[in-house]
Amino acid sequence: MAITRDSDLHIRRFSRNAGLGLVLLAFVGIVFGLTIAKVERGDKMEAYDHQPRTSVLPPAPADPAKEGTAQ
Amino acid sequence: MTDISYVQHDKEARFGDYIALLKPRVMSLVVFTAFVGLVVAPDPVHPFVGFVAILFIALGGGASGALNMWYDADIDRIMRRTQSRPIPEGRISEREALAFGLVLSGISCVMLALATNIFSGLFLAFTIFFYVVIYTMWLKRATPQNIVIGGAAGAFPPMIGWAVSTGGISVESVAMFLLVFLWTPPHFWSLALFMKADYDEAKVPMLTSTHGRRVTRKNVLVYTLVLAPLAVATGFTSIGGPLYLATAIVMNALFIKGAIAIYSRTEVQAEADKYAVEKRFFYFSLIYLFAHFAALLAEAGLSHIGLGVW
Repeated sequence: MAITRDSDLHIRRFSRNAGLGLVLLAFVGIVFGLTIAKVERGDKMEAYDHQPRTSVLPPAPADPAKEGTAQ
Repeated sequence: MTDISYVQHDKEARFGDYIALLKPRVMSLVVFTAFVGLVVAPDPVHPFVGFVAILFIALGGGASGALNMWYDADIDRIMRRTQSRPIPEGRISEREALAFGLVLSGISCVMLALATNIFSGLFLAFTIFFYVVIYTMWLKRATPQNIVIGGAAGAFPPMIGWAVSTGGISVESVAMFLLVFLWTPPHFWSLALFMKADYDEAKVPMLTSTHGRRVTRKNVLVYTLVLAPLAVATGFTSIGGPLYLATAIVMNALFIKGAIAIYSRTEVQAEADKYAVEKRFFYFSLIYLFAHFAALLAEAGLSHIGLGVW
């Protein structure tokens, strides 16, 4: 026997709380699963992070005039 | 220590009451048609992403169901069919249903947009808006054509499924929309003919009481006649094929035959055999819609294994 008696409220709400707990766990599973699915597909994982980074900049447009002088 | 339990215990909401707010039976149609819309679309979707997309489309549909029950609580208290819903029974308060519906709407749209594409998320948001604001709040109590408007809301899920895959709208997705949209009026009004529901007491205009049963019978026939050529024509789009075409021709011939039978009956004849023709037409309408979408699914399966014809 438990040392403390469960509050009546907790007993009555058990099904509701257990259900919500399972829903939240499922949600965590979904977000994790989506992460795996997107990584597998090779989606772009980097986004703007308040600092310019070359890896997320669009490719510079080719400038034919400059290309000529560089060689 | 005294216990401050002034809440009536037998009326406390259980987990199942929140599920009931999501209208699980409506959800099954949403899941099925959205799934078909997603599978028949040309661009492949990662199976898990597809599963999550269907889940959140269903949740969005459920959220609009909860918002509908929040707004229609006054009607639900009056009508016998809906008196046992969680709000009329007092297990969930109206404010709680509103909050529940709004939060789930937000979660479902944002999660769909993140999991698939922004367009799908916006489309789901529009569908919820359409069902809750345009249908429930505005037109349901204003016009006897309310069933037609409600049908549009129920017809968006296959288009969202298609948008999950393609990120847009096309002829095929509009064809699936029209199939459900035009099917809803004959489906529902045939039910209204034999279910003597108490819509009058709740002051919801139903075609059977505002314009009479004769006009309702005519409306069933007209919508069926408009639906049939469109349902068959879908067979010539990229999602169709000989199997779908054969199914559509048989199903629509039977559907038109049933609609003509309903149209040519008088109330006396219907009373005499306890609305047997109307009941048969209603149950057939369920098979009708299922067969069309199952045939589209089969065509997608055939073309996947290289047996597609067009």
